[in-house]
Amino acid sequence: MSEIEIRNLTKRFEVKGNSVTALNNVSLNIEKGDIYGIIGMSGAGKSTLVRSINFLEKPTEGTIIIDGTDLSSLSEKELREKRRGIGMIFQGFNLLEQKNVLDNVCFPLEIAGIKRRDARVRAKELLDTVGLAEKAKVYPSQLSGGQKQRVAIARALATNPGILLCDEATSALDPQTTESILSLLKEINEKLEITIVVITHQMSVVTSICKNVAIIDNGILVEEGDVASVFEHPGSDAAKELLFGNRPVYSPVEHLNEARKIRIIFNENSAYEPVIANLILKYRTAVNILKADTRNVGGKARGEMVLGLPDGEELQNDMIESLKKSGLSVMEVNEDVY
Amino acid sequence: MFTEKVISMILVGIKDTLYMTLVSTFFGYVLGLPLGILLNVTRKDGLKPNRIIYGIGGFICNIVRSIPFLILLILLIPFTRLVVGQSYGSTATIVPLVICAAPYIARVVESSLNEVDAGVIEAAKAMGASNLQIIFKVLLVEARVSLFTGATITTGLLLGYSAMSGTVGGGGLGDIAVRYGYYRWQTDIMIVTVILLIIIFQIIQHFGTTLSRRIDHRKR
Repeated sequence: MSEIEIRNLTKRFEVKGNSVTALNNVSLNIEKGDIYGIIGMSGAGKSTLVRSINFLEKPTEGTIIIDGTDLSSLSEKELREKRRGIGMIFQGFNLLEQKNVLDNVCFPLEIAGIKRRDARVRAKELLDTVGLAEKAKVYPSQLSGGQKQRVAIARALATNPGILLCDEATSALDPQTTESILSLLKEINEKLEITIVVITHQMSVVTSICKNVAIIDNGILVEEGDVASVFEHPGSDAAKELLFGNRPVYSPVEHLNEARKIRIIFNENSAYEPVIANLILKYRTAVNILKADTRNVGGKARGEMVLGLPDGEELQNDMIESLKKSGLSVMEVNEDVY
Repeated sequence: MFTEKVISMILVGIKDTLYMTLVSTFFGYVLGLPLGILLNVTRKDGLKPNRIIYGIGGFICNIVRSIPFLILLILLIPFTRLVVGQSYGSTATIVPLVICAAPYIARVVESSLNEVDAGVIEAAKAMGASNLQIIFKVLLVEARVSLFTGATITTGLLLGYSAMSGTVGGGGLGDIAVRYGYYRWQTDIMIVTVILLIIIFQIIQHFGTTLSRRIDHRKR
């Protein structure tokens, strides 16, 4: 039994008399202890999807099953109790501005009716876990974005939830802070064995911490699988766009994009060989390196390179064959590379 | 001119004015605060949207607020007599002041609560908070600075309205100003009462501003 089961979830909103479908027949299972990424462009429906998991958004059709319990079968009161087992953090942090850090972390415990003294002990432990023990008496306005998100994480963990939902939790943070928050999430996942669902529009977030990923495009689940294989063999257009298109916008270099392009992925076995140099020596023709990057995908090193091949179809096919032989995964790229 | 008699009259006037202003603010909130919460909760994006309740509540608020206070004062004379037994004096003035203030306060409270960040409310919902918990532990707490500022403005407004009640024998500084300054042409007494009203208003405003700054933890 999966910890989170989403079955045939459809969500429609009424906007000025028109029905807008935010999610269309989405089904997926998230296993206990997983870090599961849900990625898509903005407006794809991923936020609606994560908010359906704790029923902040009630499905139009379909069911959400958490630990075997169908959420639609619960009364309001039972649902509130169930939600205590599902922590949530947000892009905007959503801390109580008029309460200090300690009281913010105590807040879910106060709501659950836990004695104030016990709540404070628990809150202090959690602030220790997120590395903010010395900020207990400080108010949120005095914290940086990363610190606020740490407080939010501590708060989300207060009731000992089995699931943590992260709705664009790092989208408002700079790259360094994003990294530190992601490693904190990973640490929590390992230490507390908590299932984490990460909603994001950034592929880098998914590749750095997620084990499995689902890609949502226009309310439809277009691709699902373990992160490494989706990264190596993206099947859907949305996945390719997220992998290539989501770059900071530099002015595109037109002529570089005219040639036939391939994307190669190095895994840990092939990363040590001078593959490109060998290729050039073998065919006595230069290839253009349009882009090169290394990434940590699910804890494994992956190199990514986009090559522009020289003219001549036969030569191009030979080169692709030879790259495949050296153990690389090779795919054609039609998107512009920026 | 400022005989002992006049001075003691003015002192009683100050006491009556403060009595009317503070007691009517208090009872105004007893009625207006729950009504304001109700309006916030039942509005379209509220915790429990309900067009009918919101519509009726808003309609009553608008009707009462659109009646000029002086007219309300006269209109309510039978009701005032029913509640306090007489229609003149400081205590009697409190009745129309409360009726006038409550819908005003309700709107002030509603708009203060509307300002609370929807994300914070959503976070509380995600934690499993009930609507009552959200009202008392999130909305009223997070909006407290704005609520307090609103209360300061309301108190100042009621100070002014309480003076108006002098025209129908309401008591307090306004009453003195009308009786001596208007009917008896004693301009000096009128000027003194006006200066005293200004001073009282300044004290209320200063107290309100200082305190609302002290309870605000958003920026420092």
